[in-house]
Amino acid sequence: MDPIYKTDALIAEDIDAYLEQHQHKSLLRFITCGSVDDGKSTLIGRLLYDSKMIFEDQLEALQSDSKRVGTQGQEIDFALLVDGLAAEREQGITIDVAYRFFTTEKRKFIVADCPGHEQYTRNMFTGASTADLAVILIDARKGVLVQTRRHSYLCNLIGIKNIVLAVNKMDLIDYDQARYEAIVADYAAFAEEIGIKTFTAMPISGFKGDNITTNSANMPWYSGKPLIEHLETVEIDNTADQSKPFRLPVQWVNRPNLDFRGFSGLISGGSVKPGDAVRVLPSGKTSVVIKIVTLDGELDEAVAGQSVTVCFADEVDCSRGNVIAAADSPPEVSDQFEATIVWMDDDALHVGRSYWLKLGTQMVSATVQQPKYTINVNTMEHLAAKTLELNAIGVAELATDKPLVFEAYEDSRTLGGFILIDKITNRTVGAGLLHFSLRRAQNVHWQPTDIGREEHAALKNQKPRVLWFTGLSGSGKSTIANEVEKQLHLMNRHTFLLDGDNVRHGLNRDLGFTEADRIENIRRVGEVAKLMADAGLIVLTAFISPFRAERDMVRKMLPEGEFIEIFVDTPLEVAEARDVKGLYKKARSGQLKNFTGIDSPYEAPENPEIRVNTVEMTAAEAAEHIIRKLLPLK
Amino acid sequence: MTRNLTHLERLEAESIHIMREVVAEAEKPVMLYSVGKDSAVMLHLARKAFYPSPPPFPLLHVDTTWKFQDMYALRNRMAEESGMELLVYQNPEAKERGINPFDHGPLHTDMWKTEGLKQALDLYGFDAAFGGARRDEEKSRAKERIFSFRTASHGWDPKNQRPELWNLYNARKMKGESIRIFPISNWTELDIWQYIHLNDIPIVPLYFSAPRPTFEYQGGLFMADDIDRLEKVMGKRPEITTRNIRFRTLGCFPLTGAVESEAKTLPEVIQEMLLTTTSERQGRVIDKDGGDASMEKKKQEGYF
Repeated sequence: MDPIYKTDALIAEDIDAYLEQHQHKSLLRFITCGSVDDGKSTLIGRLLYDSKMIFEDQLEALQSDSKRVGTQGQEIDFALLVDGLAAEREQGITIDVAYRFFTTEKRKFIVADCPGHEQYTRNMFTGASTADLAVILIDARKGVLVQTRRHSYLCNLIGIKNIVLAVNKMDLIDYDQARYEAIVADYAAFAEEIGIKTFTAMPISGFKGDNITTNSANMPWYSGKPLIEHLETVEIDNTADQSKPFRLPVQWVNRPNLDFRGFSGLISGGSVKPGDAVRVLPSGKTSVVIKIVTLDGELDEAVAGQSVTVCFADEVDCSRGNVIAAADSPPEVSDQFEATIVWMDDDALHVGRSYWLKLGTQMVSATVQQPKYTINVNTMEHLAAKTLELNAIGVAELATDKPLVFEAYEDSRTLGGFILIDKITNRTVGAGLLHFSLRRAQNVHWQPTDIGREEHAALKNQKPRVLWFTGLSGSGKSTIANEVEKQLHLMNRHTFLLDGDNVRHGLNRDLGFTEADRIENIRRVGEVAKLMADAGLIVLTAFISPFRAERDMVRKMLPEGEFIEIFVDTPLEVAEARDVKGLYKKARSGQLKNFTGIDSPYEAPENPEIRVNTVEMTAAEAAEHIIRKLLPLK
Repeated sequence: MTRNLTHLERLEAESIHIMREVVAEAEKPVMLYSVGKDSAVMLHLARKAFYPSPPPFPLLHVDTTWKFQDMYALRNRMAEESGMELLVYQNPEAKERGINPFDHGPLHTDMWKTEGLKQALDLYGFDAAFGGARRDEEKSRAKERIFSFRTASHGWDPKNQRPELWNLYNARKMKGESIRIFPISNWTELDIWQYIHLNDIPIVPLYFSAPRPTFEYQGGLFMADDIDRLEKVMGKRPEITTRNIRFRTLGCFPLTGAVESEAKTLPEVIQEMLLTTTSERQGRVIDKDGGDASMEKKKQEGYF
């Protein structure tokens, strides 16, 4: 088997001319995707081999590997070129996306080989997010499968405009034209349903090399281009972003000395010239660009896709996370949105929990509401859902703690695409595409009042605080909190005790004990505690509050130093032995579900301001210890 | 008016964007600098990314004491030109035990490079380290994210990498964890050479052919960069022949095979590379010990 793509003759004849030509080649980034065993890795191996990207030493290794662990008998197993992880070679599957590179006379290519298994969807989505084109493979013997649909849906969702439907393994169905056409018709019906407007279908065999570099003699009935020729000539609009309004999300402020202040970032839309009027979002302040600075000298113009540093004519406040935009067509700013979210973590979405949201260079806290629906990628049905599990695709509303500069995803990948990060594990748990801002965000404003929190507190002659008691059921939170409040009362302090059970009789009567309800329970209590602290009170709360993330959420609602986390650190055995309310007994016998410490986790505070326990201290001693730590109260 | 960016312009913009994200989000970044051609490009990109400021992080050279003399010279010159602090780290244990590539085989790389790197990162408390690895170099690198997470003991878990969408990088990590960042992940060997050519980036002269003292060892051709030292560890003075040689990749001089070549200019070097039939890392011993998954295994243990 000789490689069909010989080395470019120009290399040997005139290297300078070759380099000049190579330098101006365009770049196409594409992915191969589809179901397990549709031959994605084999196809890429074939492309690399045929475009002479496999060296002699690699070929030798490949031949010996193919005999040893290959799945193609004595013939070369091209998949082994791409499946680079030990676990992949052992199991004969693709786990993570592999990036490979090859060049033909006309173009340079970066191809991402995506895994087919549903459990690795997040890796497929990673590969798809930077692709200009997708080759969706179908095993001709099997036709359109669930994963074919899932990947097609995701490719379309993330905005890949060029879809190639490669019906693979034609050699195994004797190059049967009728079967090929039936598969294409089947796919066309599905594609239309999900909004894929056009796609290019071709019958191939990655293993045998049919219709890869040249038209196959085995399928004279196919009149289209072979795969490589299609990839080389398909029109890719790499300049589309340049015709949009100017957008520069600021990554970094460049300040080498007092005389220079520049703003660095990757231009995501439009172009900029010295003299252009710009607006800094979210503040809305305007200025004029005076220069575009690079190591190679100042530029007359910079366009979308370039990383630059710009300077303004005057001192306008601008920092990381801000967006510099064309003054006359700035993007929107909002804090409530609707978005499509793809969930990528084993731990399902916690409705109401606060996650980090990163969009462009902006990082804010965000909470996601219960999804409006999730999408069944097989039937395109909208299903009701309480949360988003791993690999679920759903539409939900979300709210951020600070205003975001944004555009709809279909207008801007940079200002419309975001990731969600778990605040405790730091994992990237979701990816989202913004649709639009919710109008209520724009119509609800803060109403300023003349008597503020300082005035309230001054009249009571105390510093407002929230004493947040957390610990297992039966640890002694309510008893100690009650004791602390009694003593504060004797000291003429204005206090209020919010107790877990009491609040559930009224304000939170509608909530149960699922994780989502527990999160909402704490959120509401946090908001009430904050209002009371604004009113100048010393608030005591006694809630199990088992999750770190929610306690931290309340901490962040309050000014620095006003949230005092008090960990009532009574061991489970002790609390269970006491079992004042008989709840542990019920939980152990299975009558009570989601009980903290038994079948629901308790995440102990890592650095509480105060720690007490009721094994070594009585409730009164614990209370005294707490009061001493709080002094002075003003 | 629109302008089509070339693939090198796109790659450059991507790498600069990555470096700025790291500087904005990491607490204490560092750039691993190995003095090779990939490091040369990475350093140049860093200077572009932060100009007119010098890159706001130091250069770290994890030294094995067995590098070519020309490499040490260029290293010192580039640190000075870029206005960056240069940190050189040599694993004290390896130094004390006299670990060398002749007597100790794979232990040489393990002690000087893998252990040395881990020790240096821990010593200075760097939480983010730039490396010049490319995805086209090797199969497990082709699978690695641009932001690659390491546990507190520097391990890599290839089966559990974070999703990396668009150009949004999640740089958050637990205390003790660190990130290796590969800003030139998507560059190929040809891209590197072409970029060096177009930007006139200084590289070690060993990449170009010249008459040099060589000796043969276990079927390979090596350069006698320090004959007295070689004699000491090999037990005898190697037989030296002067040949026109150059290197496709640079590491420790006793571990890096030379090729006979007449390529004296960059275009000639590129021409030779494009016409050759073996891969770039073939001259290096490091990928071969341990079979197929050798590099993956090293990375799990903390190698770059």
